[in-house]
Amino acid sequence: MLELRNIWKTFNAGTINEKQALRGVSLTLHDGDFVTVIGGNGAGKSTMLNAVAGVWSVDEGSITIDGTDVTRLPEFKRAPFIGRVFQDPMMGTAPTMQIEENLALAARRGQPRGLKWGITRAERNDYRELLKGLDLGLEDRLTSKVGLLSGGQRQALTLLMAALKKPKLLLLDEHTAALDPKTAAKVLALSDRIVEENHLTTMMVTHNMKDAIAHGNRLIMMYDGKIVIDVSGEDKKKLTVPDLLALFSKASGSDEADDKLLLS
Amino acid sequence: MLDFANLVSSLPGGVAQGLIWGIMAIGVYLTYKILDIADLTVDGTMCTGGAVCVMMIINGHSVPVALLCAFLAGMAAGLITGLLHTAMGIQALLAGILTQLSLYSINLKIMGWGSGAGRANQAISVDKYDLVVSSRYLFDGTYPWYKSPILWGAVFCVAIIVILYWFFGTEMGCSIRATGANPNMSRAQGINVDFNKVLGLMLSNGLVALSSGLLAQYQGFIDTNTGRGAIVIGLAAVIIGDVLFSRIFRNFALKLLGVVFGAIIYYLVMQVVLWLKVDSDMLKVLSAAIVAIFLAVPYWKGKYIPVKIKHLPENTETAVASAGKEGKDNA
Repeated sequence: MLELRNIWKTFNAGTINEKQALRGVSLTLHDGDFVTVIGGNGAGKSTMLNAVAGVWSVDEGSITIDGTDVTRLPEFKRAPFIGRVFQDPMMGTAPTMQIEENLALAARRGQPRGLKWGITRAERNDYRELLKGLDLGLEDRLTSKVGLLSGGQRQALTLLMAALKKPKLLLLDEHTAALDPKTAAKVLALSDRIVEENHLTTMMVTHNMKDAIAHGNRLIMMYDGKIVIDVSGEDKKKLTVPDLLALFSKASGSDEADDKLLLS
Repeated sequence: MLDFANLVSSLPGGVAQGLIWGIMAIGVYLTYKILDIADLTVDGTMCTGGAVCVMMIINGHSVPVALLCAFLAGMAAGLITGLLHTAMGIQALLAGILTQLSLYSINLKIMGWGSGAGRANQAISVDKYDLVVSSRYLFDGTYPWYKSPILWGAVFCVAIIVILYWFFGTEMGCSIRATGANPNMSRAQGINVDFNKVLGLMLSNGLVALSSGLLAQYQGFIDTNTGRGAIVIGLAAVIIGDVLFSRIFRNFALKLLGVVFGAIIYYLVMQVVLWLKVDSDMLKVLSAAIVAIFLAVPYWKGKYIPVKIKHLPENTETAVASAGKEGKDNA
């Protein structure tokens, strides 16, 4: 479903702030894979997701989504393939627009936007049903501005929007990191449900090792712009936090695992 | 000596000008409020539209055709600013200034069309041409009521508001609103943000040029100074409309109407200021000061006025706990 081949990306090349963020990342995701991505600050987790989403173009390598080479496509042209939820709850929705308007925008992802009405009555009913499924009471607030919602409500809405046009790929970039623990757990559970119901191929970046182990069928760990650990299937099911730390020490050849991972 | 009758007789002119500038202010609203861009192109476009309109009429074209061409000329100016900003990566503010500067030369050439040289002004007489709005219709008692520039200014404003209300409800219009509200989200939803910015700038400058075409007819001339500081007047109208009417005007069409009211109020205030015999050389200082203060008010509010939180009277702890619970339930 997704194939990254030898991706390189350097920021601020030739300056004192030069940072080789991705150094030859290769990764293949199969249809229905749910991969959790962990790693310390600056390991390249979010950079990898942004490379896939097309936030900027990569220096080297190729990105293929479901057989289509998207390496040279700008971000908005990749959007039809990709649903995204960001770390910052402010980033995934338009705050000054209504809940139903935000959903309607997402429902037209990948379609030409012409002079037809931006939202139809039939859609409204669909959205009401969908929002009912979130169990957050949003179904009665279709015309409320999204700016009035809490962070958790916004992330739940963004998830719904990301999955509305059933994408080839769902990218979750630390999407629960800005939420309080209870809300984060709710949003994670919702993510699991949406991924399962829609059979979405998913990459989820998280800084929480327990979450990374508990969710998905595959786990990768990044270090210094590379993928250093890739566990899937039965091995992934049996994985524990100490196992992961041990694997990391071995892969990176250092003992800084605790600092780098647990503090980040 | 202040003659109250003088003031009263000057007010209809203020309303008519306010309505014409209201169209311009709607253009500013589109960029400043919807696209979140401060577009300075409008200072140039506010002359270009009138220049095109006047030259077209003088050269024998009908008023509607002349106004349409003014609109298109404004759109072309918006296109240039849009391309400078999106395709050439120049900051929106600077892109607007660059277009505005070049429009100064273009405007001279438009007004000198056919004469082989540039001209700094052109007059258009209501005696020779059947203009859609003119101050003479207002102050000369010989014209029938249905010629009133107040009526026609209002007709233009209402028609534009209706069309924009429809347009911003369409898929394309919604995507432009999203572009201004959150470009990141828009890109993630497959919206071509650059295209929308260009489109918004074109639409905005088209309206400004249309307003300019009406203004040139109303005042009977156009010169290179028309439009100088237009952005300040447009912003003043947007801000006055927002401050005075945002509580009651929540619907998009009503918000645009609020902008038009803002422009009318601005011009009525200006009539009062002139009536008070304030040195007219100082009017622009006054306009700038008013806009600066209105822009500063929300900032000062956020900075110096503490947010008051209602506490439950008997027990603060319960209040905090229940507020926390409520917050989580909402989430």
